[in-house]
Amino acid sequence: MIGELFTHLWQTVVGTISDVLPIAAIIFGFQFAVIRQPVPNFSKVIFGFIWVLVGLSFFLVGLELALFPLGKLMAQQLTDPVFIAGGEIIEAAKATINLSWQDYGWVYLFAFLIGFSTTIAEPSLIAVAIKANEVSGGAIGVWGLRISVAIGVAVGISLGCYRIVVGDPIHWYIIAGYIIVVIQTMFAPKLIIPLAYDSGGVTTSTVTVPLVAALGLGLAETVPGRSPLIDGFGLIAFASLFPIMSVMAYAQLSQWLTERKQANKSENR
Amino acid sequence: MQQTIKKLTGFMLGSIRDLAPIIAVILFFQLAIIQQPLPNVAQVLIGVLFVLLGLTFFIHGLEQGLFPIGESMAHAFAKKGSVFWLLIFAFALGFGTTVAEPALIAVAAEAAKVAAVGEMIANTEQAMDEYANGLRLTVAFSVGLAIVLGVFRILKGWPIQWLIIGGYVLVVIMTMFAPVEIIGIAYDSGGVTTSTITVPLVTALGVGLASSIKGRNPMIDGFGLIAMASLTPMIFVMAYGMVMLS
Repeated sequence: MIGELFTHLWQTVVGTISDVLPIAAIIFGFQFAVIRQPVPNFSKVIFGFIWVLVGLSFFLVGLELALFPLGKLMAQQLTDPVFIAGGEIIEAAKATINLSWQDYGWVYLFAFLIGFSTTIAEPSLIAVAIKANEVSGGAIGVWGLRISVAIGVAVGISLGCYRIVVGDPIHWYIIAGYIIVVIQTMFAPKLIIPLAYDSGGVTTSTVTVPLVAALGLGLAETVPGRSPLIDGFGLIAFASLFPIMSVMAYAQLSQWLTERKQANKSENR
Repeated sequence: MQQTIKKLTGFMLGSIRDLAPIIAVILFFQLAIIQQPLPNVAQVLIGVLFVLLGLTFFIHGLEQGLFPIGESMAHAFAKKGSVFWLLIFAFALGFGTTVAEPALIAVAAEAAKVAAVGEMIANTEQAMDEYANGLRLTVAFSVGLAIVLGVFRILKGWPIQWLIIGGYVLVVIMTMFAPVEIIGIAYDSGGVTTSTITVPLVTALGVGLASSIKGRNPMIDGFGLIAMASLTPMIFVMAYGMVMLS
């Protein structure tokens, strides 16, 4: 067990190094060949890269040991028609189970909660939230941003699961989403718009993608009439579209609340 | 040294808080809904510990390495004033970080399978590999182009919404003409390209550029690079599907 763990960890470190190497080559190549200036705190930066490497490796090995197998197993168990029908039907009757979209309640709830909780743990979102907080001088809270993005992902993934269950074409949902984003853009506070757009791409990386992909494929495999190859995709697209809306909504809401508070104050005077 | 340890402990507490929701969700579903015992409890516990340590180290490294280098390079490029080299760097960063992205490799292989099953390409290993590699290069090129466009936008101070909404219109138009089988993958490819290392670097680059150019606001002009990088792959993957599959 322990030996296996170390081999696994070592392999992941090697894998991560080969992911980081091209990036490091580009950065240091340009630094030395084009910019031609010493990097401030060079040794600190190098140590930072090493921390990132080691951290990412531990993170990935941990995900593979704990979260992915559990998440995938649960996605399978929850989308199993026998479980959804109430668990009392014998295997032989499986083919005759007739499920409507309302029967998948636990799946939607699981999708919502797993979308929310994996987004809270997403390292790239933490990075962007730290930066946004710093740049906005604290006006944008790290937690406010992370929670509103997580709600967006949660809604997106549960809606995406509903879409797989009923089998609607994905593009109508995405196009409708785009229209909402465009309308919100006209009314949202100007400062938040670029950050809101960014939060769409940020949410879906290391933690969310594998778990969500497993859920989508599991659903598409078990819902009658769906093909995993065609219907299994699309959850990630939902998870990157809805945070744009929820972040703009969060900004609009907090602006509205501040304005109302100020209006109240001046009335009281 | 002592400071580092103090900082790491702080990050560690943060990581525990970050992971608590996932653990709660899994425990709730496992115990209350599915009602089956957890398999491999020891392995799961070690895994959770690793995730905790990993997240802690990563955040520490982010603030020590990735953020500072991204910003110092942005400042240096702005001071040097060579737009040409800045754009070359932007392309290299976008292309280089995407082409080796494991999530992209997985999605490209999956897409090749879809195409082969749908009999749009020959169902042989070679045809599938060729198709998957072509797709990967297409996406990597589109991300490189996105960062170039996004950096150019920061230099010019254009509002991001016009670029993004223009891109949306293009996506919608192309959806009508692209083969049905590629649409789901194309939409997903926008989300998978931006990895955990790319995001902090690109964000630091954008914010650093916007804060070192006069008249640019880091909040309004600095963000938006990731949005560009998640938009162009959709357009290019659909275009790839239209060219390769028709």
